[in-house]
Amino acid sequence: MLEIVIHIALLILFPPLVLGVINKTKSWFAGRNGPPLLQAYFDIAKLLRKGAVYSRTTSWVFRAGPIVSLGSILCAGLILPLASNVAPLGFTGDVILFAYLLGLSRFFTMAAALDTGSAFEGMGASREAAFAVPAEPALFLSLAIVCIPAKAASFQAAWSALPWALWGGAHPAYLAAAIALFAVMLAENSRIPVDDPNTHLELTMIHEVMVLDHSGPDFAFILYGSAVKLFVIAALLVHVLLPIPEHLGWTGVALLCLGEAALAILIGVVESTVARLRLTRVPQFLIGASVLAGIGLAIALYRGTA
Amino acid sequence: MLGWIGLSIALLIASALGAAVAFRADRSSLAIGTTGSILACVIGAAASISALVSGLEQSFLAGWPLPIGQIHLGLDSLSAFFLTCIFVISGLVTVYGAGYLQAYIGKRRLAPALTFFNLRVAAMVALVIARDGIFFLVAWEIMSFASFFLVTFENEREDVRRAGMTYLIASQLGVAFLFAMFALLGHNAGSFDFDQFTAGVTPSASLAGICFLLAVVGFGTKAGFWPVHIWLPDAHPAAPSHVSALMSGVMIKMGIYGLLRTLMFLGNPPAWWGTLLVGIGIITGIAGVLHALAQHDLKRLLAYHSVENIGIIALGMGIGLLGQSHRNTTVAFLGYAGALLHVLNHGLFKSLLFEGAGSIVHATGTRDIESLGGLYRRMPITGLTFLVGSVAICGLPPLNGFVSEWLVYVGAFQGGADLPVSWGATAIAAIPALALIGALAAACFVKAFGVVFLGEARTSVVTNAHEAGGTMRWPMIITALLCAAIGIWPTGAVQLVAPAAQLLSRSAPPVEALGSLTAITRVATMLAGLILVLAIVRKVLLRGREVSQAPTWGCGYALPTPRMQYSAASFVEPLLRPFMALIPTRIRRDGPNGFFPFKATYEEHLGDAAGERVLAPASRAFIQALSRVRIIQQGRVQLYLVYIAATLVILLVWQLAGVTGR
Repeated sequence: MLEIVIHIALLILFPPLVLGVINKTKSWFAGRNGPPLLQAYFDIAKLLRKGAVYSRTTSWVFRAGPIVSLGSILCAGLILPLASNVAPLGFTGDVILFAYLLGLSRFFTMAAALDTGSAFEGMGASREAAFAVPAEPALFLSLAIVCIPAKAASFQAAWSALPWALWGGAHPAYLAAAIALFAVMLAENSRIPVDDPNTHLELTMIHEVMVLDHSGPDFAFILYGSAVKLFVIAALLVHVLLPIPEHLGWTGVALLCLGEAALAILIGVVESTVARLRLTRVPQFLIGASVLAGIGLAIALYRGTA
Repeated sequence: MLGWIGLSIALLIASALGAAVAFRADRSSLAIGTTGSILACVIGAAASISALVSGLEQSFLAGWPLPIGQIHLGLDSLSAFFLTCIFVISGLVTVYGAGYLQAYIGKRRLAPALTFFNLRVAAMVALVIARDGIFFLVAWEIMSFASFFLVTFENEREDVRRAGMTYLIASQLGVAFLFAMFALLGHNAGSFDFDQFTAGVTPSASLAGICFLLAVVGFGTKAGFWPVHIWLPDAHPAAPSHVSALMSGVMIKMGIYGLLRTLMFLGNPPAWWGTLLVGIGIITGIAGVLHALAQHDLKRLLAYHSVENIGIIALGMGIGLLGQSHRNTTVAFLGYAGALLHVLNHGLFKSLLFEGAGSIVHATGTRDIESLGGLYRRMPITGLTFLVGSVAICGLPPLNGFVSEWLVYVGAFQGGADLPVSWGATAIAAIPALALIGALAAACFVKAFGVVFLGEARTSVVTNAHEAGGTMRWPMIITALLCAAIGIWPTGAVQLVAPAAQLLSRSAPPVEALGSLTAITRVATMLAGLILVLAIVRKVLLRGREVSQAPTWGCGYALPTPRMQYSAASFVEPLLRPFMALIPTRIRRDGPNGFFPFKATYEEHLGDAAGERVLAPASRAFIQALSRVRIIQQGRVQLYLVYIAATLVILLVWQLAGVTGR
């Protein structure tokens, strides 16, 4: 019971903090003080206190977008183990549902963007779809790598079967999975080098441009949803590198937070040191991730993962 | 139960004849045909569902042998499952068709559409319960020919006649392989009776392999395996929408039924069969969805998605075969169950989507999605049900498409972990393929739903659009509810396919994997609950605050027009760019020319690689090879007389030699 409470508390409270850590890292690189660590919480609270403006063109699909998207991301977070190797809603076969819930969230975000009738938002939806296509096989191949030794398509089995060592990721197959998942994480959460969360020109945006017309609580849901998505995918990556076993209690929570913080700093470093890719290069980057994960899977299958 | 099913066949044939007799009075032939079909479908659905649930097995052998074979009927769980699909979906489509055909009254004779519709349903029912090779093929051919007449309903249009011919050629070429297969099986067993196929001599490994390949080509042509799928994208847009709904929802699945039934004759499958089907599934699925992305004709787009879904079904069957060949009951069961459930699911959401497309054609007179837009406000029910169908076909939770894809995925994961590495790798290959297919399908249906229903109207055809009438609306609503029901309560849905999957895989259902289905219900409920809570939170927050309406943000541009919206072609351009090498493209570009250019045009047509790069060269080569044989056929009567004389002499010598030799 306590584990479930911890899980839900982590899932609900922590995600915006990850954004804060990323921004602090980027500010440190740029020699600025940067926004406070809790800025994302302030933004969300401010938006929740506002009214809303809806475009006359839109239908209920536009209003459904943010809530379906946030709802499915939260559901995905309830399936994925966080501070231990069990999740409140986990089951055999949950890895597939996890990925498809992220897909459902994307579907409704894109539909809501097209509902505005704006050329910019249509463009954003088109790019989101185009980059999701090469990212999806990379995600599934990485999931297959971690599920092979467990002989079951479930997170709990996978995290129990992965070697519990600080450098569990030292095996080439897991290393490939981790690198591929890192690329997927950057793409799914619109980070550099795929997308730039700080850009101010609509033509160059991907995720941000899809949500141009959302305002007030809707936009708060979207901001919060993208924070949760980042937190959840980062948690997946933390487990690949450092599978947290059952019954660690607060140690598990500490390990997860450390892992999340380390990944957030890594994202901050990447964003500060790497330039954004040209749009036509992004699919190549993600296909590269898929190929890497495919090689990792071949290693896992033919050489074994023990 | 067979008696009731026989009654529904009789009702279908009688109403088909009745509709034909009353051909001068459109309204009465519509009434006769529709009533007969609905009655037959209700009776048949009740009978087949109760047979499915009770696990009844029945057989009926008529005492009067016909010259073309014997009437041997049978009912087992595989037949009962397919009968359920046929009756439920045909019933719903019939109701929709009654509304859809209203528009043609006074414009053309309706009798052919009704007669052949009912005949086709009757033929499908008959072939599913047939237990004799000849009888099966007769029913198969009646189904194919009835479909030809349905596809060519609007035969004054040139594209319709062309599509009809393509369909006829494809279906007759396909059936030639089936003749060969049944001839081989019949020769081996000494009878065309299915019981003899299974009870008699098990075919040798090479004979079974040949029969399997013949079945894959023959039944695959009907089902739409790559590259013999090319009739589908032509025939579906040509046919009236309720016909496309039935064709895509049910008829192409008869190919799947045939293949599954054949597998039961062929003994234990070697692993390469599974590998072959997984390979076909991957290619069919990816090619189908890629070509679907490139389409702007809504019904053509949906037809290519049928190809994609047949690919997913083939993946499931392939994984089932891989498991069966290695005696891995879990993998075998999951693969077959996924394939079978996807047959039902695709039947539901694809008939729903074709009905939606029909309502759009009905309301706007166009299938071109680039000229639509903003239909949602004018057709809310069609829009909502189309959205349900779109989410379902993308395999997204919490709808039915997810459940069957989940079964295939779990089977693939399990196969990768449990089977020997070289075969396990084949099973694992299905995973990234399914993921890629899923992502592409989601992109395609965001495009289709978004460009057609959302945003602003792109042309004036939309302004006069109206919601479909009640007889067209209700079938769509019921089908959408069925999609949701299977998605939210997969445990119940899997009960429908479990007996048939058990029969095919010859194994008991894996308890652990199926136990997870209740967890899917749990997550679906949680998802619905979260969405509801968030909606309430937003409502409470916005209460008493200013909620205003404004134009869409155009980055400060003050005079946006609907034509500035993102089009379907621009939406898919970045998606298709990495795959352009696979799609033959014809570009016609004119101008801008000279120093003072007046006009410029640009046209781009995306073709189908299977037709242009595989089938056309293959058939050219085949015809060229055959033309070598033409030297013996000169058209001179004298020469033919020489042939006859020579044949007689040879026969005489052979016979005499035989006599003396004995």
